[in-house]
Order: sequence, then structure tokens, then C-alpha cells
Amino acid sequence: MSPPILPLRLEEVVFAAGGQVIIDRVSLEIAAGPSTIILGANGAGKSVLMRLMHGLLEPTSGALAWNERDRLLARRRQAMVFQRPIMLRRSALANVAFALEVAGVPATEREGEALAALDEVGLRPLAHRPARVLSGGEQQRLALARAWALHPEVLFLDEPTASLDPGATREIETIIKAFDAAGTKIVMATHNLGQARRLGDEVVYLQAGRVVERAPVDRFFSKPATAEAAAFIKGEVPWVGF
Amino acid sequence: MLAAIAEGLRRVFQLDAELWNIVLLSLEVSLSAVLLATLLGLPLAALVAVKRFPGRKAVIVVLNALMGLPPVVVGLLVYLLLSRAGPLGSLGLLFTPGAMVVAQTVLILPIIAALARQALEDAWREYEEQLRSLGAEGLKAALTLVWDIRFSLVTAVLAGLGRASAEVGAVMIVGGNIDGVTRVMTTAIALETSKGDLPLALGLGAVLIAIVLALNAAAQLVKDAAQRRFG
Repeated sequence: MSPPILPLRLEEVVFAAGGQVIIDRVSLEIAAGPSTIILGANGAGKSVLMRLMHGLLEPTSGALAWNERDRLLARRRQAMVFQRPIMLRRSALANVAFALEVAGVPATEREGEALAALDEVGLRPLAHRPARVLSGGEQQRLALARAWALHPEVLFLDEPTASLDPGATREIETIIKAFDAAGTKIVMATHNLGQARRLGDEVVYLQAGRVVERAPVDRFFSKPATAEAAAFIKGEVPWVGF
Repeated sequence: MLAAIAEGLRRVFQLDAELWNIVLLSLEVSLSAVLLATLLGLPLAALVAVKRFPGRKAVIVVLNALMGLPPVVVGLLVYLLLSRAGPLGSLGLLFTPGAMVVAQTVLILPIIAALARQALEDAWREYEEQLRSLGAEGLKAALTLVWDIRFSLVTAVLAGLGRASAEVGAVMIVGGNIDGVTRVMTTAIALETSKGDLPLALGLGAVLIAIVLALNAAAQLVKDAAQRRFG
């Protein structure tokens, strides 16, 4: 077994696009263990920060390094679930198998592993349905199955339930907890305070591209250290019910 | 006019063997050209859609501009290439159906490639992050993309087929409209028109339109069925 890819260290990471600074000198260490919630309002830069960490975007300046120096190896042990899952026009099973194929899993093992992953998210009965005709919640569970099959060390989730109803949201949260229980490091962006409480161990609060506060989840909500975080919690409270 | 078409159709069906040879050759030439242009055009389109390289914008402009290539100009260029003294003269293709396939391939390759490039690029915008996240990049990503939107690409291929089966200039120049060898429907129509046999020309035209309609309808049915099936 190769050494773990965590921790991930960001030093003075800046990301600018079109003359606008979206991520502003962020320094963070993401360590194995506690589930990390990237919390912030829309436009705070949560999605961009996740994409920088996952390697889909390159920092404009600053440094971002995994414990595993080989970026390709590091990439293979991460997975990301997006707000809107993108499924290929093939069966649910084939979508998971595709991810395994790209990851270099031998053809003979793909189907078994893909079925096991579908089982994990409760989609085995729909294995042979075309993925694109599944409901939004089912597609998001399929995206999680696709990630599960890869046994990632780190799972990035970018507002995975933002476009789902409460029932589907609960199912997704249960699966995320299963990832956590299986030892996968969770890094999730959300603006939903209830979800942050339910799934998070620590909160990184982002505002206007800067990390304003980082704290264990209990302390963040009971005694926020910064006025910005306190205002966000207060302003967002009506959302907790969602 | 309608009477003339009816008269033309009656005459067309009297020609039987000779006519069906013309129809079959038309289909053979145009479908071969579509097949070749698709095999060459789709990978080219996927490459331009997925890869970022210097001069990419220029390639797109040129591809789009080439969609409007005049068939006679393509015919002339292919004629020069294939004529005895030309660089490919030794192949002996000039005035054979092979030369017509080459000319039509050159003519419709930009059409298929340019339209497919647009469709693939739109899809790439949707798929890029997901595919890159899974580790599918470059050729693997391009092939995955082509396969996944294959039913949308049918439209690009049909546009190529329409152009190939409708054009007369290129096949006339490189084929020569030789009776029983390189005469296709469009060149036959041009010939009958210049001979003054308008009813026969009209009848042939009606057959040509019917065939193109049937091919398009079949392709559309396949596309619709597939889209219902796969979403």
C-alpha cells in the first residue's frame, strides 16, 4: 500500500478569472479524519476551492500539494460528486463500470465491483436502467456509487443535495455517512447549515474567497469567533429546516 | 407541372434496368463518401472540440468556411489531383466511381466535421469536469464523448449525405457522366434537362428527392427511438 495522499496543503492559493479574484490567499491543511464542511454563501468561492483541491482548476498563484507528490497517483485516489450529476447515455451499471475502466480495473472485475457499489447505494434493482432516465435523486446516488466503486481516500462533494427534495437529500446524507464510516475523508461544500451540522466534524467558513473561520462544528455554531460567521449563521437559520 | 412529373415518373419506371443502375450508383457513391467523411470527420471534430492547441480557432474558422465549398471547385481540384499528370494520376481513378467518392468525401468532410465539432463542444462543456474527475482525458474522453452523443451526431452525418446526394458539379467533373459507368442521378438530370427532356428530368428529380427523404426519415426514427431508450 502506497503512503496516504493526505494531508493536502494549500499555501496562499489565489485563483483569479477574468480579472476577478475568486479565491484570495487561502492557506489550509486538509487532514485525514474529520469530515470537513466548506461553508459559505453563494458566490463565496466554495465550488472553485473544491475544484482547485481536486485539480480541475490550477491556482493562479500559491501552492497546493498532496502528501503524495505524484499528482496522477493523488488524483486516482480522490473522487468528486458534483451538484448536478453527469451520466453517460448507458445503463447505471455501465456508468459505474466506465469509472472502473478509466481507473484501470481489469474488465473481468468491473461488473462485480460495480454491482457491489450499486448495492451500497440501493440502486441494484435499477442497474440495467439507462442512467439518464433515472430521477435526480437516483442519479445523485448513482454518482455516489460511481465514487464508491473507486474506493477513494478523499471524496469531494459540491453541494450534492442542492437540487434535491428532502427525501432524496436524506438518502444522499446516509450514503455520505457510510463513506465516512468506511474511512473516506469527506470534504463537502454546502450553504445548508442543517446539513453542515449533520455531516460535518469541522467547518471552514468561506466569505468572498477568503477563509474567515475554521472551527469544530459544535463551536462554530454555538460560539462563532468572527462577526462574519455569526452573521451568516443568523441569516441562514431559516434554512435549517430544509 | 404535375402532369409533367407524372409523365416523368411513368417514363422513369419504364427505364427499369438502366435507371436502377443509375440510382444504385448514386447511392453507392454518396453513401461511401458519407462513410469515409464520417470516419475521418468525427475524430477530427472530437479532437478540435476537446483539445486546446495553438491555432485551434483558425482551424474552426477554416472548417466552417469549407462547409460552403463550391462542388465544381472541389471537382476541379480532385480532377487535377487524379488526372494522368497529377500527383495521384497513377491510381487511374479519374472517370471512375472511385474518383466521385473521393470528390464527394472532400466536399462533405468539412460539413460533417464542422457540425459535429459544434455538437461535441457543447457536450464537452457539460461532461468535461466529470470526465476529467474520473481521469478520462485526451483520446479516451474524445471517444467517450462521440459515443455518448452519437444520436445527435446523426444530424451532422445527414447534412453530409444531403449535400453529397444533391451535388452535381463535383461528380460531373471527375466522373464525366459516362453512361453506364459514372452516370448518377444528378448528372442524368442535368443531361436530360440540357437535352430538353424535361419530364424525364423531373421524374428523376422526384425519385432522388424520395430517396433522400426516405433515408432521412429512417435516420430520424432510429435517433428518436434511441433517445427515448437512453435519455
